[in-house]
Amino acid sequence: MTLLELEGVTASYGPVQVLDGVSLSVPENGAFGILGANGAGKTTTLRAISGAVRTGGRIVFDGKDISGLRPDQVAALGIAHVPEGRGSFGDLTVRENLRVGAYLRKDRKGIDQDIDYCLDLFPNLQDRIRSNASALSGGEQQMLAVARAIMSKPRMLLLDEASLGLAPSTAKNVYEAIRRLRLESGIAMVVVEQNANLAFTLVDSATVLETGRNVLTGTSAELRGMDEIRRAYLGG
Amino acid sequence: MGTFVQLVVDGLSTGSVYAAIALAIVLVNQATGLINFAQGGMAVLAAYVAWALTNRGVPLVLAILLSIVFSFVLGAVVERYLMRRFERGDPDTAVVVTIGLLTLITGVAGWLWTYNNQSFPSLFPLDTVSFLGVSVSIRSIGTTLVIVVVMALLQALFVGTKLGLALRAVAINPQSASYSGLPVGRLLMVGWGLAAALGAVAGALVAPQLTLTPGMLDNALVYALAAVILGGLTSPVGVVVAAWIIGVLENLAAVYVPFIGYDLKVAVPFILIFVVLIVRPQGLFGRKTVVRV
Repeated sequence: MTLLELEGVTASYGPVQVLDGVSLSVPENGAFGILGANGAGKTTTLRAISGAVRTGGRIVFDGKDISGLRPDQVAALGIAHVPEGRGSFGDLTVRENLRVGAYLRKDRKGIDQDIDYCLDLFPNLQDRIRSNASALSGGEQQMLAVARAIMSKPRMLLLDEASLGLAPSTAKNVYEAIRRLRLESGIAMVVVEQNANLAFTLVDSATVLETGRNVLTGTSAELRGMDEIRRAYLGG
Repeated sequence: MGTFVQLVVDGLSTGSVYAAIALAIVLVNQATGLINFAQGGMAVLAAYVAWALTNRGVPLVLAILLSIVFSFVLGAVVERYLMRRFERGDPDTAVVVTIGLLTLITGVAGWLWTYNNQSFPSLFPLDTVSFLGVSVSIRSIGTTLVIVVVMALLQALFVGTKLGLALRAVAINPQSASYSGLPVGRLLMVGWGLAAALGAVAGALVAPQLTLTPGMLDNALVYALAAVILGGLTSPVGVVVAAWIIGVLENLAAVYVPFIGYDLKVAVPFILIFVVLIVRPQGLFGRKTVVRV
């Protein structure tokens, strides 16, 4: 069963066309990677799904065309976006950040249970639960951003550059936790990642974008180590 | 001794009016990150609405309640149809828009109701009560108490409720808040509406004393901004305490420091601002904002 389908999605910032017909398909419980160099349109693809940019083409989630919806409406359908730069609420505590993530939910008990689950998934956050998010390290903020997304009990997670600016060992830890999350919850994922090797530890299949277009799509096994991947990143 | 206590209580009372405007400014700032210079003007408009209603025979308390409702709607409408256009751009532009709005509202109020002073009925009896051998006006005590209650409610709203949390989240990072499913536009309208309603309370409290004119709260706005800087933009309690300090110090300095007198008492809060900005830029009670790069 396909959960998310993009068909010829276009998007532009003013006169600059950033997406020039991106297509992809993510099955229920699947994890799909979007790879490519800087400026290829990876982040914009996620923003298009979330309704943060105006788009052309078709974006279908769970059988429903969601293009044209506002970000909060998309979130209400069960798509949680972990934005580039982590999007923490700096002046709120870690616990308050998690509560914001659970804004759309009304089940108090379930929310408390999920906060416990997040703290189990990211033990680093346990000691910082009363700290302001702005006082956390980059890695902790990334963990908080993922945890905040989990708190909405989503059916799909959009993950934007979770490894950006992190030490390699920290990035590995974050991805390990996300893998565990995927295994335990079955949440579908769309993963944007600069570090292709890190992405392949998580996703089943992926597409490579170049100047806002798909140039290559396949399973992780097919894509791993292919020359096109290197070319897409290094140019030439 | 009697003079001193009376000066302090009157200071608390005028300070409470600054506090109400300051709380409204804090509320809008917490919800949108902006300073709304039109806050006083909107409050004056609310007072005129209440006044016009009492002139048509509506009981005072009901008229004030209706003016509060009117203000909530006005605040929400101003956000939705005016400020919304500027919120994504340069914050300085948005602030200038609020200054323009203040001028506009003052002009409209003058056009509709003239610039003449109108007398506004008082919520509290004009008697005094004897307290520890000193007579204190009931109006001063009542005004102060109303503000204490409003402050407590506001603090509870921000710290203890989901709505308060959502308002704060939207102010800090609207994009990220929308990804978590927060209806950013609607929350901004609620924030502006609540602030305007708060301003209406201030307008009703101060109008009997100052008498109603379109520029009635211009001075109070300046003092309120001083209180906001003194108390810290992030702390409702801090802002109220700062407004009281300003009200009391201003009164005491006028009487006890000979060279200040009534002419220079307006300078007192600004001297305080200079000192606080130098010593503690986040305000007496505000939290320091840590920016990580």
